[in-house]
Amino acid sequence: MSTATLAGTQVTLNAEGFFDDPTQWTRDMAVEMAAADGIGTLTDGHWKVIEFMRREFLEKGAGPTVRMLGKVSGVSIKELYQLFPKGPAKTAARLAGIPKPKGCI
Amino acid sequence: MTKRIVVLGGGTGGTLTANRLHRHYKVHRVDDQRVEIVVVDQDNHHVYQPALLFVPFGLTSRQEFVRPRTEQLHPDIEFVEDTINHVDTFRDTVVLDGGRELAYDVLVIATGATLAVDETEGLGGAGWNENVFTFYDLAGATALESALDSFEGGKLVVNVVDMPIKCPVAPLEFCFLADWYFTERGIRDKVEITYATPLDGAFTKPIASAALASLLEEKGIKLLTEFNTGTVVGTDTDGDGKRLIGYDGRELEFDLAVVVPLHNGAAYVGRSEGLGDELNFVPTDPHTLQSKVKENVFVIGDATDVLTSKAGSVTHFEGEVLVSNIERFLDHEPLDTSYDGHANCFIETGFGKALLIDFNYDTEPLPGHFPTAVGMPLLKESRFNHLGKLLFQWVYWHALLPGRDIPGVGADMPRHGKQRSNNEEAMV
Repeated sequence: MSTATLAGTQVTLNAEGFFDDPTQWTRDMAVEMAAADGIGTLTDGHWKVIEFMRREFLEKGAGPTVRMLGKVSGVSIKELYQLFPKGPAKTAARLAGIPKPKGCI
Repeated sequence: MTKRIVVLGGGTGGTLTANRLHRHYKVHRVDDQRVEIVVVDQDNHHVYQPALLFVPFGLTSRQEFVRPRTEQLHPDIEFVEDTINHVDTFRDTVVLDGGRELAYDVLVIATGATLAVDETEGLGGAGWNENVFTFYDLAGATALESALDSFEGGKLVVNVVDMPIKCPVAPLEFCFLADWYFTERGIRDKVEITYATPLDGAFTKPIASAALASLLEEKGIKLLTEFNTGTVVGTDTDGDGKRLIGYDGRELEFDLAVVVPLHNGAAYVGRSEGLGDELNFVPTDPHTLQSKVKENVFVIGDATDVLTSKAGSVTHFEGEVLVSNIERFLDHEPLDTSYDGHANCFIETGFGKALLIDFNYDTEPLPGHFPTAVGMPLLKESRFNHLGKLLFQWVYWHALLPGRDIPGVGADMPRHGKQRSNNEEAMV
């Protein structure tokens, strides 16, 4: 657990940089994190995925895996990797201010 | 009038559920009515799936682990051999492809998971069962046996495409057994073994993941994490070699690839309105095993969407709560919410040894002993665990499937004997 200042506000992040409390998140924070991550400017494509991740989390209590994203977000897995080269589910979850998606065990 | 419970699937979950229900309802009635139990499956071959791991290494044969489903079910249970077209949960009816309709009072979905080979580009195409194999079905495991037999050296890649999969430790066990197998053949130095996984470690949970990663390292098996296979090139058609291509552009060359394909729930679930999720698994309450779809539909084993391993031990532990809840449901009583996600797996590590892990929804696999402080060692290689794994096949046919309780092994995860992790003290 650590505190960070994003878009001028203090937030709590876990060791892997995921939000501890999704209600602390704002869109400006996603913009700042994306710039720091090397993703650069967030396009409509990025936002479509980030918003989808947040919606799924708020409805179901867990963020979708890459496979689920590819099936239900309307963005193909190939495109998802073009948008988030370091792993779409993980990166988009971080930018969306929700916990890391749990792969089943 | 009779009440009817229809069980879809005659594998581990369906068989043990039907036998346990039969034992109860041969002496009990519901609302003064007799209860009949019907099991549906598309064929009459019950495969003891853990044995598939041993087939490629010539360590077992078909007659030892494939038996008729009907012989595992009590003779008073009706067995229907047909494929399922769909379930109509509005009419409480199962429609079979042969045209028969089975109305039910309670439905049990126990149709497991299926392999979605076609969902990965190139998998199942060029080089399939020549250079690219899976041991997750009998045909693949059998074909792989001859391929391993004639393998004289080169790059062996073991790859999990994505989670969830059945028995998440099986691909690791395959790596350990391959290390043993090539050592026995005297060509281990000519074989490079790589385990490529979409996870960020050897396994999902931190303590077991670290233990398994050091075991891979000890055995000289390379670990490649966060590898998400996008395409399989199974023959060297373009001059760039046989390889797995990750979505992130990374390429992994192989001479022989053993791939665990994507898994879905059964296809009929997708054809049944409102029954399954995007992957055809059935949304299920993790503690009662009642479906979230309709109150008279219950789900067991790999067919559920609950966040624990898709494994026979899970199915076994779920069985007790599931059967009790079907009885309670029919008796109009509140359901038992006690299923805790308990899973227990032997992990074969080669050279006559195995590890044992035991965990549930809240507690990750920890070191210690099972089921009590003087039991089998947890998260540690031992010959005792290997013997346990071998003996389990007997227990499976003679106690687990008939629905008998196994002495000392209950549905709830035992805490006694486990070493506590730092962040878990408050729970114990």
